[in-house]
Amino acid sequence: MSYEKVSVVLTTILYMVSSVLFIRGIKLLGKADTARKGNKLSSLGMLIAVVTVFLEKNVTDTITEGVMGNAYIWAIAAIALGGIIGAIWSKKVEMTGMPQLVALFNGFGGLSSLLVALTQYMTDKSINTFSSIALGLTIAIGAIAFTGSIVAWGKLSGKMFKKNVSIPGKNAVNALLAIIGLGGVVLYSLSIAGVVDTQLGDIGIIVVTAAYLILGLTMVVAIGGGDMPVIISLLNAFSGLAAAFAGLSISNSVLVVSGCLVGTSGLILTLIMCKAMNRKLYALLFGSFGATAKKGAAGEQKEPKAMSVEDAYLILEAASSVVFIPGYGMAVAQAQHAVKELCDKLEENGAEVSFAIHPVAGRMPGHMNVLLAEANVPYEQLKTADEMNPQMSNTDVAIVIGANDVVNPSAIDDESSPLYGMPIINAFEARTVFVLKRGKGTGFSGVENPLFTNDNTVMIYGDAKQTVSSLVSEFDEG
Amino acid sequence: MATGEILLLVFVFVIAGFLGVELISKVPSQLHTPLMSGTNAISGITIVGAISATAAALGTDGYISNICGFVAILLATINVIGGYMVTDRMLEMFKKKGDKK
Repeated sequence: MSYEKVSVVLTTILYMVSSVLFIRGIKLLGKADTARKGNKLSSLGMLIAVVTVFLEKNVTDTITEGVMGNAYIWAIAAIALGGIIGAIWSKKVEMTGMPQLVALFNGFGGLSSLLVALTQYMTDKSINTFSSIALGLTIAIGAIAFTGSIVAWGKLSGKMFKKNVSIPGKNAVNALLAIIGLGGVVLYSLSIAGVVDTQLGDIGIIVVTAAYLILGLTMVVAIGGGDMPVIISLLNAFSGLAAAFAGLSISNSVLVVSGCLVGTSGLILTLIMCKAMNRKLYALLFGSFGATAKKGAAGEQKEPKAMSVEDAYLILEAASSVVFIPGYGMAVAQAQHAVKELCDKLEENGAEVSFAIHPVAGRMPGHMNVLLAEANVPYEQLKTADEMNPQMSNTDVAIVIGANDVVNPSAIDDESSPLYGMPIINAFEARTVFVLKRGKGTGFSGVENPLFTNDNTVMIYGDAKQTVSSLVSEFDEG
Repeated sequence: MATGEILLLVFVFVIAGFLGVELISKVPSQLHTPLMSGTNAISGITIVGAISATAAALGTDGYISNICGFVAILLATINVIGGYMVTDRMLEMFKKKGDKK
């Protein structure tokens, strides 16, 4: 066998091994006790894949070139630099900053696939028609994943795009951009097939790149914070698909397998999130939620009752079962450690404490679980809405910390509410409900929450972390 | 690329897609974040494409494509290394609780 053949066989086998490790890794990531091992297996798969590409013929061919023509030098320099940046960011990030970091990483993945496609476009002069279609689609999906993730990052970190800009005729604009972009792909492919001029193909590439970069922006900029768990998983799926299409374009099987795995698993997670919000993905992307949301029935508006920390302590001290219902407000106030302290105090006091976690509480899937895990809240205490709701009527005190829409009873009984039908945590069934809230505003959806004015609900206004800490010190003194 | 190779790639694409659906359909909600950031790291597999494309670019004239390739590798590496490390950090926290049991 010639050297070339050995090289092809070897790299194919290694890519296969790496694909199997990815599959096994994702499988293990889905179970609590094996998740960490799964992540390690998948990173091993990645290492093998990177080592393997260094053995590919078109890479080994460059080894005899000078410094500026040697792919190893370019690649190792880029990997060293990227590795350092990635490592520093991932070490430095606070757990509360996790959603925006994941969004940022995701955007980089998308941009990388986009650049791979552009690099191939500039250099591969013998590209065939099939590859050219895949190349065009890589640009489109990579571009959407890039600008979409950057907007999501800006919104989550509060640095940019804070307002949910409503673009007039958003759907028409987005549809137009999508079609124009696809037109660019067609134009490029036709030029590769020899039907139209090469110059028209170049224009096609520029058109698709620009159209989809703008589309990522216009699509995500209109989406509110509470819908972020859905949009982040969707963008994650996009960056996977972009890698898969890049794989089709340069005919690399490991890119196709792992990119597609990420693409579809991201889509599934997106649908799980949509289900938890009782929203159709279509409606989320193309509807205008905030605009149509009614501001509740005007007229007989009851005022919520406020309570002091001291009085709240007296109720808590007498409680024998307490449920915490955390939301994004807990993340903003960084209150998770204080909450854990209060949880310990309550348990010392003989109360049974659990946490009811709504799937879309926070800004990314499973956000609350991560924060509470950071504060060492045992996993057994974290309950889903389905587990918790049957016990809610036997609960003495439900403490809602910075959550709003996920405890809004309108979702159950008010057919005119935009939240109607969304599965919620039935906090209102508890004997007493504490709502820890910064001010009197509505949730991200702008929907009034009748829970706040219920007779068994009291509001404790102020910074959640401070409120919880003062409750803890009340216990210390009491 | 021969037609057979194209068809095989499309075949792999479709099978991998269905495999992804099967793998993810039952995941406890506490693992949604690690799963997302873990798969996000995997989408950095485009690093392989980036290295391959850069190698091809180095053999041709013009430096724009070289720089494009370099940046593609750089960004993909941030995605990969950052993604895996952040996921591991999160999962380590989940682990602690298991030990306390």
